[in-house]
Amino acid sequence: MSEFKQTLNSSLGKKLIMALTGLFLCTFLIVHVGGNLLLFNNDNGFSFNVYANFLTHFPPIEVIAYLLYLSILVHALYGLILTVKNRKARPVRYAVAAKSDASWSSKNMGLLGSIMFLFIVIHMGDFWFRYHNDKTMGFKEYRTDLATGETKVSDYTPANAEFSHSVSTENNVEVVRVKDLHARVAYSFSNLIYVIFYVIAMGAVAFHLLHGFQSAFRTLGWVHRKYTPVVYFIGTWLFAVIIPLAFAAMPVYYYYLSTQGAH
Amino acid sequence: MNLTLKVWRQKNAQTSGKFVSYKAENISPDMSFLEMLDVVNESLTHKGDEPINFDHDCREGICGMCSLYINGHPHGPKRGITTCQLHMRTFHDGETITIEPWRAEAFPIVKDLAVDRSAFDRIQQAGGYVSVNTGGVPDGNAIPIPKVIADEAFNSATCIGCGACVAACKNASAMLFVSAKITQLGLLPQGQPERYRRVQSMVAQMDEEGFGSCTNTGACEAECPKEIKLTNIARMNNDYFSAKLFREDEVHEQGH
Repeated sequence: MSEFKQTLNSSLGKKLIMALTGLFLCTFLIVHVGGNLLLFNNDNGFSFNVYANFLTHFPPIEVIAYLLYLSILVHALYGLILTVKNRKARPVRYAVAAKSDASWSSKNMGLLGSIMFLFIVIHMGDFWFRYHNDKTMGFKEYRTDLATGETKVSDYTPANAEFSHSVSTENNVEVVRVKDLHARVAYSFSNLIYVIFYVIAMGAVAFHLLHGFQSAFRTLGWVHRKYTPVVYFIGTWLFAVIIPLAFAAMPVYYYYLSTQGAH
Repeated sequence: MNLTLKVWRQKNAQTSGKFVSYKAENISPDMSFLEMLDVVNESLTHKGDEPINFDHDCREGICGMCSLYINGHPHGPKRGITTCQLHMRTFHDGETITIEPWRAEAFPIVKDLAVDRSAFDRIQQAGGYVSVNTGGVPDGNAIPIPKVIADEAFNSATCIGCGACVAACKNASAMLFVSAKITQLGLLPQGQPERYRRVQSMVAQMDEEGFGSCTNTGACEAECPKEIKLTNIARMNNDYFSAKLFREDEVHEQGH
């Protein structure tokens, strides 16, 4: 067995893989929540659709996207392997449940992770898979008068089935034609069951990261009297409060709009 | 005090065990938990029953021999003490106390509440030592060590190897014990020559014994009778990854 293989197969090595993939997924969350804040732009999905088009057509992002999918799978797989191994380390369980001081989330990372995995499968099936493969997904045409900055929106039906997007300027009017993912978002988030599922999943994200973010630093051995409090602060406020709240606000806001008949 | 005890009875590692209830009557609140068990065993012996087998030695909290998982806590509900230092005044009259052995694949049951903790000895033998050359006795104060470092090392060195960390951990992980042993030597100048080989050998032995891995729940730290800190585990991880990824020291192929 090569030295690297031996290192990564040790109990600490497996945790190293969990920590590195986990932190990579954390950085992704920052980008994802930042971009998706465009959903709150009241512009008939113009900025959001252009952003979605950019994500799927800019080669470096596509490479990172596949790294990201790999990280999700590796993180889930190693979580499963470690759980099985840890269960084997205690074949006979205690009759009295442990009453030790340990946070609820630290003891339920597997459960929280499973909820998140189910969420990712449904979430990617609904948006990512449809965006890439659903031929019936509509297009929108945004005409912006460059002089006044006014944007008019209309449905667009491409003549060619292979059409993905176009940007052109005619007579001081910028014409942008893109796939209308925004309509799909609005449609999905008008379903109350779906909205509740999203909010629960974001709760799982919050509790998973409340423990997971700082735990990854401990696993890497980066514990320091001066920096560990900073890690705890970021893990709690950014990853367990602000990001999940921002994400959860999106389905709730769109559900609210749907009840107002705006969409 | 009169108490009801639910005690795990198991003949040996091969047979399966079960809980048996006993009455502990006329117990003084000033007795230690082990003295209470002595009283119960005395009455069992008089009745011609097999006494409850449990580990104990110094009975003053420094040998690491006593164990017992009492009402969901290793070494009972109080912080920072071993079972022998636990007094019966911690419990109330009429209470039912459940007593279980440490539960871990790497700690097979010897009999009743006593488990075989020799896995810890084998981890210690794999690298928990420093080499000292023969010759004149070195001056104790010849090597200057900053006080904060010395304090940290001595805090880690207070580990008595009782296994409460393994018992408390949901994964039956031995990392608090192993990391305390590694840190105690790794922080001091005398431990430097073997530092990066030590961490590799001890972690390899720990994995071989079948202990689980660390989820950083902190249950071990909360239950440790010597209050060994979780930061030891982070120090061990740091040394381990440093040894494996950036150093050129290797572990002996043939082991020790």
